[in-house]
Amino acid sequence: MSDAVLVTTKVNGDVVEYACPTDEVLLDSLRDRVGLTGVKEGCGTGDCGACSVTIDGQLVCACLVLGVEADGREIGTVEGMAEEGELHPLQQKFIEHAALQCGICTPGFLVAAKALLDKNPKPSENEIRYALAGNLCRCTGYDKIIRAVQDAAKDMRKSRKR
Amino acid sequence: MAHDNSYTGQKFEVVGNRFLRPDGVDKVTGRARYGADANAPGQLVGLVLRSPHAHAIIKKIDTSRAEKMPGVKAVITSEDLPDLTGGDAGMAQTLENCMARGRAMYDGHAVAAVAAVDRQTAKKALQAIKVTYKKLPHVTDVDEAMKPNAPVLHPWLFTAGVDPKPEKPSNVISRTQMGHGDPEAGFAEADVIVEKSYKTEQTHQGYIEPHACLASVTPDGQAELWVTTQGPFTYRSVCATLLGLDIAKLKVTSSEIGGGFGGKTHVWVEPLALALSRKANRPVKLVMTRDEVFRATGPTASTSIDVKIGAKKNGTITGATLELRYQGGAFVGMPWAQLACMTGFACYDIKNQRSVGWDVVVNRPKVAAYRAPSAPMAAYAVESTLDMVAEEIGMDPVNLRLKNVAKEGAQAPYGPIYGPIGIEAALKAVKKHPHMKAKLKKGQGRGVACGFWFNIGGQTCVDLNIGTDGTVNLAVGTVDVGGARASMGMIAAEELGISYDDIKVVVADTASLGHNDTTEGSRGTFSSGMATIFAARDAINVLKERAAKMLDVPVEDIAWEKGEAKAVGKRYSNLPKLSLKEIARKSPNTGGPIAGHNEVVADGAGMGFAAHIVDVEVDEETGLSKILRYTVVQDAGKAIHPDYVEGQMQGAAVQGIGWALNEEYVYGKDGRLENPGFLDYRIPVASDLPFIDTKILEIPNPNHPYGIRGVGETSIVPPLGAIGNAIANATGVRMTHAPMSPVRVLDALDEAAGMDQKVSAG
Repeated sequence: MSDAVLVTTKVNGDVVEYACPTDEVLLDSLRDRVGLTGVKEGCGTGDCGACSVTIDGQLVCACLVLGVEADGREIGTVEGMAEEGELHPLQQKFIEHAALQCGICTPGFLVAAKALLDKNPKPSENEIRYALAGNLCRCTGYDKIIRAVQDAAKDMRKSRKR
Repeated sequence: MAHDNSYTGQKFEVVGNRFLRPDGVDKVTGRARYGADANAPGQLVGLVLRSPHAHAIIKKIDTSRAEKMPGVKAVITSEDLPDLTGGDAGMAQTLENCMARGRAMYDGHAVAAVAAVDRQTAKKALQAIKVTYKKLPHVTDVDEAMKPNAPVLHPWLFTAGVDPKPEKPSNVISRTQMGHGDPEAGFAEADVIVEKSYKTEQTHQGYIEPHACLASVTPDGQAELWVTTQGPFTYRSVCATLLGLDIAKLKVTSSEIGGGFGGKTHVWVEPLALALSRKANRPVKLVMTRDEVFRATGPTASTSIDVKIGAKKNGTITGATLELRYQGGAFVGMPWAQLACMTGFACYDIKNQRSVGWDVVVNRPKVAAYRAPSAPMAAYAVESTLDMVAEEIGMDPVNLRLKNVAKEGAQAPYGPIYGPIGIEAALKAVKKHPHMKAKLKKGQGRGVACGFWFNIGGQTCVDLNIGTDGTVNLAVGTVDVGGARASMGMIAAEELGISYDDIKVVVADTASLGHNDTTEGSRGTFSSGMATIFAARDAINVLKERAAKMLDVPVEDIAWEKGEAKAVGKRYSNLPKLSLKEIARKSPNTGGPIAGHNEVVADGAGMGFAAHIVDVEVDEETGLSKILRYTVVQDAGKAIHPDYVEGQMQGAAVQGIGWALNEEYVYGKDGRLENPGFLDYRIPVASDLPFIDTKILEIPNPNHPYGIRGVGETSIVPPLGAIGNAIANATGVRMTHAPMSPVRVLDALDEAAGMDQKVSAG
């Protein structure tokens, strides 16, 4: 690791420091150096979305970003979605709707679906399908995932009104 | 104690409801640990060097530079994996598939492997290994490989099942034939005969989690393997054999599994990780890249199929034949074409039928099971041809199927007589389904197709332990590929008469439970469900004995009802009922721990049948087919957890849709795979699809106490045929090559238009 660079970043609200080689992708830094193995590798080429995270609120594939690029930014992963012991409505609805079978794609779907609902609280079915088209699931045929996102969006709108 | 596995028609309190899965929270919070998510002190990173050639002699592997690099702790080649298989040809080929032995048999075949302190060092070490190849002629197409002038992959391979025995080796492993009656006599009776040939391309299971493992071998001969697998016990026995380890000293733990669909039933890199660990004397973590998964694991067969079906004008099929050519990759594996022979006509009662299968080797990765392996391709050919027969005689295609549908008492293509099966009910449900009445516009078409899969049972073992607080640990040895822990917990709760929340289900490692066959053949819920019922019944017997002791009555007078022991008879009317919790609390003083165990070969797996309806819109400008509506009707026997049964039906249908419309291995002239990634091997995404409607039928399997049939695989069988029929209905053009991708549809439309012009010009 002769070419390692010290990176200071914020992950799920906590300040984190790690040293990583300049050619290491953020996916590996998060998994191997920060210990956040909820960020999954499905392809390493930005095609499957299993490593979806946010950088300063922007949805990205962590396999297409270098670890050093996290310096001074804020990273959001699936591990940061539940707050104060309460599952995020999307997490709860994924369980209730059986929107996961093997669950390997689930972290990426949750991060991507949250990014969608943060921008668009009332997406149509088509908007959900296209917003999540970058996330591959091989188990469910997407049916129950779409339903879970629709239901979570509905609940989140209700709780906002209250 | 022997238990009766007969269906009893009992009423259910828990089963059939939709409980939350126990592993849900871990999986939505990122805590669940999959193959790549485990670490061990001092672990190294393992990487594999793979052949860039489809077929080549490996003249020399020079590892000396890599070995000397700082941070490199082990380099292995086939020399580090001596053949310990003792004449077991299948096992020897598994070994050779894991690591080439003097000859690279396909693009991606492993040649060497390294273990180093980090990924960067391991990558540099791979680059430092120098391999000298001498390229050999190759063949990747099944029809080409069968030609007399094709390059022969194995000089020892002489076709089995042909008479006389061939004098020369060839790429044809075997010929299989099955059927009954006299097809030629059947064709002579027919008013209409349709003959057609089909091709299907190779597809991959496409599980999102690549193969991954963490291997640790210590100098005293003990070893541990953490791995994503459908069969930890099988991995244990295969790895132990290949590496010369004692089975009992190798503990295999199946991680959470990120999809398998048959692809995680065989070993690929696991023996290499163990060999690296043994050589380096440190734990080694080895994770495949997606490129490696496509090039060097086990996709399904590509095929070439001829069908001939003859029928009377009233729709009765008088004779039918199938000729099936399946390539199984570079080695002799399962008899894939034989499975196709068994399944092709299985939905129908055809008195005169014959299926002939040819299993063939080519320079492609060794084929593995992919969800109802071999059946979707045969069904594509049969179901497409059936629609053509229907058109020829002017009959509704669903009615044609119903006219010939297999019922109880009919003979399966492979011999047995069917018991109660669900395909007639499925077709009747299709006829009644509102989907069949949805309006179609111009350019849209509807297709229906049927599908069959055997399902299996097999060796199964569970442990059920009751804690002193009355909660229960259930250890099963089939892995949870899609909600099985919830189903097993529900079954245990049903039997014991306690709350679902009081059951904790774990998937046990190989050191903690007796052998369980691999989780394949849709056997998980059927087999472990049966063993769980029996283990719970054993535990109830213990609970009754303890209750008898507590109440001081003979155990024969104790009955177990709704989670309570009760002394039966007037003279006991003053005695209290004892709940499971009360008996468990007293257990330390009444005889110690309370447990139930069951070891069983779960026989009598019920056959799975499905019928699908699909509406497709074909864009004649682009050739793109869009799925508008999709309905799956499938017999589950009994749906323990309907959400996860629907999930299997939907997921299988969508894998079939991907196969039907887009997925295929593309090999170049150089024999190299040109699309080993999810960008170019495109599986369906959310925006490609509508909601997948499901209808679960429950025709009880007579050989299971709850009537369970396997549900995991059947619904990948009908989509290719259903979609081909829908495209034909939309365009008037019959597609005979899957996937029916835009380019193939465009070519077929062009060809049809050209032919029309010729006709009008002539």
